[in-house]
Amino acid sequence: MAALYEEFTLCGLVQTQNASDSPIQGIERDGDSDHAVVTDSTRSVTLYKVSDQKPLGSWTVKQGQLLTCPAVFNFQTKEYVVVSDNKVIRVWKDEDLNLDKAFKATVTADVWRVHSAPGGEPVVLFQRGAVRFLDSLLSAPQQPIEDVLSEEEVIRWSTNIVAEEQHFVLFTTEQKGECCLYVQRLNPNTLQKYRLEREDSGASPLSFSASLRDKHLNLLYLYPNGCVYQSVVAARGYVGLEGVQALPRSLRLRLAVGEGELGAASAVALDEAHVAVVGVPHPSARTGKDFLCIWNTNFQTLQAGILRNWRKLFVPHGKALSVIPYDCQNHPSGRISIKCNCSQGNVKLGVNCVQPQPHQTGPVDEVQREVEALVSRGDAQDLQLSVGQLACHLVARSQAETAFYTPVALAQLVQTQFLCHSVCPGLLLLSLEHKDYFLCQLCLQLFPDIPEVVTCACLKTFISNEVLQTPYSDNFLLPHLKDLDTQQVILFLQYLQFVYLKYSQDVYTQTPGLRSPTMTQIIDWVCLLLDAHFTVLVMAPDAKGLLSNLQSFVKSQVKLFSELGKIESSLQELHKMKLSKDISQYSIEVIELF
Amino acid sequence: MGEFKVHRVRFFDYMPTAIRAMAFNAHTERLALGRMDGSVEIFNFADRYFQEKVIPGKDSRSIEALCWVGGRLFSAGLNGEITEYDLENLRPKYSLEAYGGPIWTITSNSQGAHLAIGCEDGTVKLFEVLEESIQFERNLDRQKGRIISLSWHPSGTQIAAGMMDMIRVFDVPTGRAVQRLLVDRGFGGSKSRETVVWSVVFLSDYTIISGDSAGKVQVWDGHTGTLVKTHLVTKWDVLALSVSKDESSVVVGTSEGTVIQFQFIAPTLQQQQDKEWVRTRTFKNHTHDVRALAEIETAIVSGGMDTQLVVRPLLEKFDERSHASALRKIQFPHRNLVFCAKKAGLLLFQFPGQLELWRLGESDGHGKPGDSLPLKRKPEKLLHLKRKGEDHICCSALSSCGGWLAYSTMSSVRLYRLQTDNNDISISKVPKLPKILRSAHQLCFSSDSSKLFAASSQSSVLVIALSQSECKYVHTLKPKSGSRQPIHLMTNSVDGKWLATANSDCEIHVYNVQKLKLHCIVPVYGSCPSAMGIHPTTNNLTMVHADQQIFEYSIVEKQYTDWSRKLQKQGLHNLWLDRDTPVTHVTFNPKNPEQILLHDMHMFCIIDQSLPLPDQKTQFYNQMTLRSLSEQERPSHLHAFKICKTFQDLLSVSLLDDQSLVMVERPLLAITCQLPAPVRQKKFAT
Repeated sequence: MAALYEEFTLCGLVQTQNASDSPIQGIERDGDSDHAVVTDSTRSVTLYKVSDQKPLGSWTVKQGQLLTCPAVFNFQTKEYVVVSDNKVIRVWKDEDLNLDKAFKATVTADVWRVHSAPGGEPVVLFQRGAVRFLDSLLSAPQQPIEDVLSEEEVIRWSTNIVAEEQHFVLFTTEQKGECCLYVQRLNPNTLQKYRLEREDSGASPLSFSASLRDKHLNLLYLYPNGCVYQSVVAARGYVGLEGVQALPRSLRLRLAVGEGELGAASAVALDEAHVAVVGVPHPSARTGKDFLCIWNTNFQTLQAGILRNWRKLFVPHGKALSVIPYDCQNHPSGRISIKCNCSQGNVKLGVNCVQPQPHQTGPVDEVQREVEALVSRGDAQDLQLSVGQLACHLVARSQAETAFYTPVALAQLVQTQFLCHSVCPGLLLLSLEHKDYFLCQLCLQLFPDIPEVVTCACLKTFISNEVLQTPYSDNFLLPHLKDLDTQQVILFLQYLQFVYLKYSQDVYTQTPGLRSPTMTQIIDWVCLLLDAHFTVLVMAPDAKGLLSNLQSFVKSQVKLFSELGKIESSLQELHKMKLSKDISQYSIEVIELF
Repeated sequence: MGEFKVHRVRFFDYMPTAIRAMAFNAHTERLALGRMDGSVEIFNFADRYFQEKVIPGKDSRSIEALCWVGGRLFSAGLNGEITEYDLENLRPKYSLEAYGGPIWTITSNSQGAHLAIGCEDGTVKLFEVLEESIQFERNLDRQKGRIISLSWHPSGTQIAAGMMDMIRVFDVPTGRAVQRLLVDRGFGGSKSRETVVWSVVFLSDYTIISGDSAGKVQVWDGHTGTLVKTHLVTKWDVLALSVSKDESSVVVGTSEGTVIQFQFIAPTLQQQQDKEWVRTRTFKNHTHDVRALAEIETAIVSGGMDTQLVVRPLLEKFDERSHASALRKIQFPHRNLVFCAKKAGLLLFQFPGQLELWRLGESDGHGKPGDSLPLKRKPEKLLHLKRKGEDHICCSALSSCGGWLAYSTMSSVRLYRLQTDNNDISISKVPKLPKILRSAHQLCFSSDSSKLFAASSQSSVLVIALSQSECKYVHTLKPKSGSRQPIHLMTNSVDGKWLATANSDCEIHVYNVQKLKLHCIVPVYGSCPSAMGIHPTTNNLTMVHADQQIFEYSIVEKQYTDWSRKLQKQGLHNLWLDRDTPVTHVTFNPKNPEQILLHDMHMFCIIDQSLPLPDQKTQFYNQMTLRSLSEQERPSHLHAFKICKTFQDLLSVSLLDDQSLVMVERPLLAITCQLPAPVRQKKFAT
């Protein structure tokens, strides 16, 4: 499960003339995980304390000079490094006030980036692809720098990975529409070049992100058509492999981009299952609105909604640099609500249809046959995409043609368990509209990500065991619960009390296989309902009996549980006692000494 | 090293009795401990709390309180007598009827010139301490109600007496009661019950601190007789109080098994002048009544109904961790109560009131390590021999052939001839023992059962010749040192030539039994030997001391062996030295002369002298590691100390002639089970 926390603004940004250019060149960390080194696109470097949202220091180069690479922190020497005017490397410390008086060295070739990571020496990547350790470069700044890249090849993106005594510099290049990945291993130095598969549209990736997992380098890249691919390169290099190799890729995520293409967007892998995506503009949102979402790639579900940094996302957007702390846990069914200003756009997973099929026009029974044929194919990977597509289309058609509704086909699609709410958000509401409670139940049972508002909508229509078991988050359910009217609340409470009593009476006689909410789930709902409607219930005369009933019931239960608590601790003591072997008064044993 | 068949014996129902009183002699660093059965034990706190001496109990004797006057030890009890002990002969020196009914308490003034006792009839009696005895001097003003507790003011001019519902302060020169401090009763139902002031202490600033049966610790002003402060510390009784030497701390023992410390300190940093008694720490090391307490320089010593002696070091008094800063619980006696007839496979258990003779069981076939073998024959209790008279058994012995059995009380020695004939056993008392054999501190038979050695007074040993027809006094072996201390260890060699004795002066004498003369004295080491044995083939004497040092002395060459020198030069492993119970038995493996077998309460150890000694970096407890290694890897990891902790709460380990081990365990849980229920039964989750 991935969760975004409340965002906050780290600093305001000065808009540059060209709106598409970010006013931020780079955000890097220093020795303190709460610090961020922000380099703007012109002349200044600022050190922020993130949690306090306050600058700790700022350094500026002289007018006329330009910072050409984001400042980085050298974790070994506790110094900052920046490059100005492509060739001048400047090194300074926290206590230095004036950047001009700090150490500088001019090198012979243009620098693309300086990379630094904890546990490794900073590395300088030149625009022509050569790589040097900062130390060795500064010891002889005028050393000749070789060209690695061909003449028209330009670096688009680069990064630096240090892990377990391995040090990599990764960079991608572009040349006449062809993209390549270079993996430079340091100590010993080897360089490997991979060619990225061409996207049909011929477009180049918009953003890259790389990480090291299980001794493999994972490269994640996003194309303007919304496809997020992943490629994996073994971290242990095949020394001696010459030439360019093709880099196989796999589709991790397909974002709905509608007709248009993404102009600028970025995707970052948060962990194995989660990808954060930010981009401008988005077709489904109004222009000028940014969106940030976290996707679960295993389930293709929207998890939340980029710059990844130490459990914080740094997003420059509009006139501010926002910091959004996040948290990832491996919980397959957890859903996230988007709680950040920049992400009000309702992002859904779209699917492209390739050719006309019966479900678009055919009658119900024909559709039914198609669905059956599809479901019986049983190719999991393939099915996942096509089931989602099909369901979306069926729902769309049902919504358009009031006469058209295919309950059996939809139920079959849901039962494949490849669907979830975010893939086909209209489905559950559609079934509610048609009072198809079987399908509703099925969705409630199988969808891991039903929004609270929909849960509440279900609740208004019918009360079930299933509703109680849908996952929810208190904070977001509560406002929707308030929409229920008093009578509904009373009825619901009565129902909950009934269920609770029933279960507490026959805890052991529950029919196996029958899905029933746990005691905790029931109690949670009672709490939520009371929270949402307490004042109303107190005022309502017809709730009085129920409430006093509930009160005495709770009282007796509390008493019971406090007694149980006492017994528990005693029994726990028993458990703690080592089960000593029952040794009799006398035995003859054999021991061995070594 | 090899496999051993082990007879794991748990049918020795050894049951220590409750601790009733204690007194600490700061000058000699000896703690005297009185138990419910009237026995007195002396622990040497300067020598790893070694239980140096045991004065056996007597049915009619009871000890309610103990008191040192210089090096002399007095007790008083509910039998109405004051007793002084002869610590050299381990017996009461004399007992004196005080004619005041049961005596609840005895205490001496700081000058050591007078003893005061508190009697049931309401009198406080003063006795003058004379050179060889004590003499009644006078009564203080007689009160209504018994005198439960007493404390002298350090000046010696006043005495505080704890009674029922009150404390009286007496002026000693005049004998008049000068103050009456009324002690409140408990609340609720206990309001109708009289409050017993179980304990009082009288401090030099005339503060009186009392502990009573209503659970209160009260601080009084002895000048004015006013109550300064009440601390309610328990729902039950506050039984014992002890004040530190500098009077800055008082510890309190309760019926709940807790020991609570009060300290005389300023409550805030600002008001350093206004000190008061503040409750500071609570220790819970007992399950039952804490009846006896002593706060010594660096520790709190406590004992009570749960029979164990607990030494709880005050950690602020230590700069570094060592064996002295560790909590010590003394649960088992530091001497043998189990004797094994190695040839006959018999076990003798010594209780204060009886002896039990058992025959070990037999097993079928063989098994692999870790197995329990099926029993072919169960162990059998052959004999239950009750002692005669009131005096408790102080020592006993069983010959290795199983044909002779002897025990001694303070007043007599009895010798029995045993004949086991398949399943029948006959026992006959040997009549007409030599007159000189009246009592013994230690008894042992020679390995061929032809002689009985009895440790007598002044470290001497009587040699008695045994034969079918008669029992004859042969000789008295006397040490040259002229020590008056009792012998607490005695062992002889298999070839019948040598006899070694150890006494409380830490002297070890080796006698030539054939020539009936002293052969040599082992150089005296500063710590008392806790176990020793003579090697069956080399006649080397192995000694283990209370401080855990091991020495091996060649009797023939009259010098330490090379191995012993090597061991001393290299030093024992710290983990060995830090063990907290003494080795109580040393024995050997006749089939493998390199092996020395020894044990303490928590482990059994075989020292293989052919293997390298472990240095401090060596993994000391390495049996698990060795088990996990392959046959080829093992030799490089071996060291001389092979320690087995499978068997716990060990009272005895011996090696039978058939190479099987006998481990006598007495699980502490089994002892706890036999204790009466504690006052406060812990309820579920309360």
